[in-house]
Amino acid sequence: MIDSVDAAKVNPDTSQPWAELGLKNDEYESIKQILGRRPTSSELAMYSVMWSEHCSYKSSKVHLRQFGDKAPKTDALLVGIGENAGVVDIGAGWAVTFKVESHNHPSYVEPYQGAATGVGGIVRDIISMGARPIAVMDPLRFGPADAPDTRRVLPGVVAGIGGYGNCLGLPNIGGELVFDESYLGNPLVNALCIGSMKHEDIHLASAKGVGNLVVLYGARTGGDGIGGVSVLASETFDTDGPAKRPSVQVGDPFMEKLLIEATLEVLHAGLVEGIQDLGGAGISCATSELASNGEGGMHVYLDRVLLRDASLSPEEILMSESQERMCAVVTPEKIDKFMALCKKWDVEAVVIGEVTDTGRLVIEWHGEIIVDVPPRSVAHDGPVYERPFHRPSWQDALQADAPTPERLARPSTPEGIKQTLMDLISSPNLASKSWVTSQYDRYVMGNTVLAQPEDAGMIRIDEETGLGVAISTDCNSRFAKLDPYAGAQLALVESYRNISVAGAKPLAVTNCLNFGSPEDPEVMWQFAQATTGLADACLELGIPVTGGNVSFYNQTGDTPINPTPVVGVLGVIDDVDRRTPMAWDEDGDLIYILGETFDEFAGSEWAYLQGHLGGLPPKVNFPMERLLSEIMVAASRDGMITAAHDVSDGGVGVAITEMALRANKGARFWIPDNIEPFVFLFSESTARAIAVIARTEELRFTEMCAARGMSATRFGVVDSGLGADSGYPGQQVIVVDSLFTFTIDALREANEATLPALFGG
Amino acid sequence: MARVVVNVALKPEILDPQGRAVAGALGRLGLSGVIDVRQGKQFIIDLDGELEGERAELMKKLAAELLSNPVIEDFTLTVEN
Repeated sequence: MIDSVDAAKVNPDTSQPWAELGLKNDEYESIKQILGRRPTSSELAMYSVMWSEHCSYKSSKVHLRQFGDKAPKTDALLVGIGENAGVVDIGAGWAVTFKVESHNHPSYVEPYQGAATGVGGIVRDIISMGARPIAVMDPLRFGPADAPDTRRVLPGVVAGIGGYGNCLGLPNIGGELVFDESYLGNPLVNALCIGSMKHEDIHLASAKGVGNLVVLYGARTGGDGIGGVSVLASETFDTDGPAKRPSVQVGDPFMEKLLIEATLEVLHAGLVEGIQDLGGAGISCATSELASNGEGGMHVYLDRVLLRDASLSPEEILMSESQERMCAVVTPEKIDKFMALCKKWDVEAVVIGEVTDTGRLVIEWHGEIIVDVPPRSVAHDGPVYERPFHRPSWQDALQADAPTPERLARPSTPEGIKQTLMDLISSPNLASKSWVTSQYDRYVMGNTVLAQPEDAGMIRIDEETGLGVAISTDCNSRFAKLDPYAGAQLALVESYRNISVAGAKPLAVTNCLNFGSPEDPEVMWQFAQATTGLADACLELGIPVTGGNVSFYNQTGDTPINPTPVVGVLGVIDDVDRRTPMAWDEDGDLIYILGETFDEFAGSEWAYLQGHLGGLPPKVNFPMERLLSEIMVAASRDGMITAAHDVSDGGVGVAITEMALRANKGARFWIPDNIEPFVFLFSESTARAIAVIARTEELRFTEMCAARGMSATRFGVVDSGLGADSGYPGQQVIVVDSLFTFTIDALREANEATLPALFGG
Repeated sequence: MARVVVNVALKPEILDPQGRAVAGALGRLGLSGVIDVRQGKQFIIDLDGELEGERAELMKKLAAELLSNPVIEDFTLTVEN
């Protein structure tokens, strides 16, 4: 029995499962008010998914507005917040679009498919802007590396990302892998995609032109992820673990590849008026968003949708999250050409409706009207909550518990310091990520210039001129727990610095804000602080937020994850040949530390290894970050530096180890005057980088730093001949004067053994 | 001796890209009238003695949790004693 609009008028009092669908009583009442009657079951399905936290941003909207209100003036932004993805002008007629999204909950339920469809979803966001996807990146966070649940989830997630991305032929150029107790039972799987296009190829999601046809194309619609949006993404997991879940979406990367090629060809052939990908909330989302962004009305014949499972009800078809589907608006004159191109790519397509100017989204099912709603009320005018928030009662005590030498004993002997470095580089958070990244194709398409383990991923866009982009994502959620306002800023400045040390100029920001339940006022406070911090920081650095994603309800039971505002920064480099790698190369090159080191250990990797979290995170210094960025970009452009590396997790000690491992060549260091060795080597003060300078460029470089007020201290020299004198003849060694000597082989073994030992192979 | 046969396949509502690819290939190779293909895997486990009691329960549990992924797959288990 189909619940039609007529039936809803005749039986106004039928009881409806609004609560089971995740709607609140007042939300249900407001749907009735909008419609002037009770919703049909199909309308209820649509509103419930579209008004879920995941689709409507109902708890975050009031805070996210700051990204627009405080946006710095820039000419670089061609398309801003609110579209599928922001578009950034990188010059020479090229534009780049990039976005990061979460797929946390699906990846916990079914790691392989959850992570794979996360990649698929973000790729479709990029193609729906008219861009060709050119690279992906995945910031990942799991519980402790040795926890059984991490062993269940991590290998599947990595295999899913690799499997899907490799099949699409997209290089995976970086990301993050972080372990922390707070993610046990709630891993974070964020997926980022970058696409490039010419300015004239930008497309938007709107259904323009009355009488134009609405085409659904790609994979058939099945029972995938029905209710996934409202049930999976917006409700906390109980502690029973992953059983009895709604059906999981399964991705088909080969279908997605056909969809990419078909979509780009119909877009470039000028056959499309508006386009939208189908992700969470499927057809409900695509039709209501296209209609409300365009002429305001649409008539859809839902029974025309091609199905994988003929027994699906209209409600299920509306809510299905089957992957690899797109929706396009095409004029009647061009529909034959459109269909022919789809056929060429072996992509099924069907006209499911047409654009109207009635101001209503009307959906028919075998001749009966089952949906008749104002599309804006579904897509854009959902509920908005000003959730109450307050500073957590424990925050002051946490901040007061600083890791002073009295509170947390520090190593003072050379042996102790040597052991500290060994402990850090072999800890899961700082160990080599090659167990993960070797499962990803990093160089397919032949345009990858830099990839993990470099500071930033870098991709060549224009093969003629060498124009390219760099991208990095970062977040230290321990900093964010200590102070969410500063934590979000620290994520931004680290990412900004990573881009700069590679030689690219930072241009734009995306984010993926992973938090606990917004119904918890303490979590909401963290969210409010983090968004304000990020918006203020973007203003300070003069780079705008282009878009992003919010993931709430990341918690197990009542315990939320550490606030995790993952920030991605995109930069542009005029010629990728001018990039700065992290590995030093020439004997005799001089190693400088730029910026000042303070005694800042709260939230650091060292403190984490001691099991301590407390105090105030490192201070953010925007003017110094900007200056450091300008110096790194100028030094790269003018050929003054041969290598550089950002100093962050694990401090200078870990940074020089990473450079040495990458170079496979030794160097000698000394501790600068007036600073304790332990503080110099392991503090995580911001606005610092290591720069390697050829002797011939030293004067020019130091004069530039001095003239601009940047502290630059020489503390090392590249030397491949230290082995014999230090008792390791024939070997490459790192010597830190009067503290320790390591062979690079020993460092490599410690750094590379950790993840294979935990996860096999 | 007992022989346990466990057949594992994706749940009917779950997309089966491999099955779809096979369906396409069958059609291209001239087999007409292919409506759908679903593929799966089979485990044949030979055991000493009869399968009964606690051991039968454990076998069933392992079929559900080790041999299949309960989130996306169904299994059938038959025993030839």
